[in-house]
Amino acid sequence: MASEAAVLEHGHDVEDQLWSGGQEPFKASYGKLMMWYFLLSDAFTFSGFLIAYGALRFSSNVWPIPDFVFEKAPFGIHNLFGGKAPLVFVTFMTFVLIASSVTMVRAVQEGHRNNQRGVVFWMLLTVIGGLVFLSCQAWEWTTLIKEEGVTIHTNPFSMHTESGTYMSGKELEAAGFSKVEHDEHGAKSVYYLPVGKPDVEENRYFEKVSHEGVPFAGKSFEAEQPYLITINHSTHQYEHGAYMNSNKEIMREAFGPVAFGALFFFITGFHGFHVFSGVAFLTIVLVNAGSGVYAKRNNHYEMVEKIGLYWHFVDLVWVFVFLVFYLL
Amino acid sequence: MAGHMTYDEQKKLVVYGLKLLGAITIIEVLIALLAKGHLIHGVHFTGVLHYLYMALMVGFSLYKAYFIVYNFMHMGSEVQGLRWSVLLPTLLLVWAVIAFFQEGHSWGARRNLIHKKDSEQVKEKPATGSLDFDKATYQSLI
Repeated sequence: MASEAAVLEHGHDVEDQLWSGGQEPFKASYGKLMMWYFLLSDAFTFSGFLIAYGALRFSSNVWPIPDFVFEKAPFGIHNLFGGKAPLVFVTFMTFVLIASSVTMVRAVQEGHRNNQRGVVFWMLLTVIGGLVFLSCQAWEWTTLIKEEGVTIHTNPFSMHTESGTYMSGKELEAAGFSKVEHDEHGAKSVYYLPVGKPDVEENRYFEKVSHEGVPFAGKSFEAEQPYLITINHSTHQYEHGAYMNSNKEIMREAFGPVAFGALFFFITGFHGFHVFSGVAFLTIVLVNAGSGVYAKRNNHYEMVEKIGLYWHFVDLVWVFVFLVFYLL
Repeated sequence: MAGHMTYDEQKKLVVYGLKLLGAITIIEVLIALLAKGHLIHGVHFTGVLHYLYMALMVGFSLYKAYFIVYNFMHMGSEVQGLRWSVLLPTLLLVWAVIAFFQEGHSWGARRNLIHKKDSEQVKEKPATGSLDFDKATYQSLI
């Protein structure tokens, strides 16, 4: 490059000039350079969270299985696949972000040609992509929290550590458990207590029925198969299904590692917050571009390029969140 | 900037990028579903095949990251100094990943060991009512 050759020939005078201020040593404007360094620091923040997820997951004997946790889609689309559509919805979310990154590149290209209308058009598509992604993430969170009962301190998703067969209420009674029928203002629940144990949450054994009303009595499972503890939507209680293991002991489903819920909501929430702030900034830049603010600056719409860098970063982070949470 | 490309070439790159990233994502998901037993009944990647699968997934994601950074974010046409001042520090993350996954594994191993030891039965040695030395040792100590 010309400046490097000049340094070698004229010694350190030219180098001093290059780095003494008033120049662009990396041939990029201050704003663009600082955006890159901000993105680098944000990459380290996200990496910290994802690596924490990895460390905690590696330290656990059991962990929720992603293709079991994420097998639903809105509008009952998963029923088109026979009731289970593992990873389908989250793949759609990935496509939405990739497409919005592509529309962003087009907006930057139109900016380089000083095509104001082109910039507004392609940025509008990018904003819409961001809003679609946020809606999808909101649906995902709502389903996990409302329907499945995942919170930041309780995780009903786990995997079996041993093989066994689910028991029915009658089998539990035959084994000496006492049946309790609880009705609190119309919120009904039925559970079974072992002999001599007090009626507290950790002693309640339930006949397992899925959220869709499918009974599990008689169904067998092996170690490492996933399960979801059903939550009773009227009593807000987790109904730990009772099963008999290969040693003929009567056990009940245990909660999964607590960290899963906290990590999932925190990391996808932090990413979602970046998408939200990205949409906000994109809208501001879009309105400014449409009003002619950037045309006056005569810098080929560099602001569009800078916010484009942020938006591509958001897509990039999602690539790794998708990898870590859903694929591995 | 991408000033060396014509407008039509730029538009073509964008369409190519969309198709490429879309195709890689579909392939990633299909392999993931295959590895977890959702596509062909009975096929489930375990052991070495599972590690190979994880390496493949990481590889695909790193490629997507490279493509987005070099082509969409135009790092490919930036000055070397800018490029390396941003990309070299990310190599530290390789160290972080190795260190913390090893750390997490050792937490789990230690916890499992403690649980195993907790449930072990301890056999008490019966008390003899005297110090367990033989006579000669006892004489030498007093």
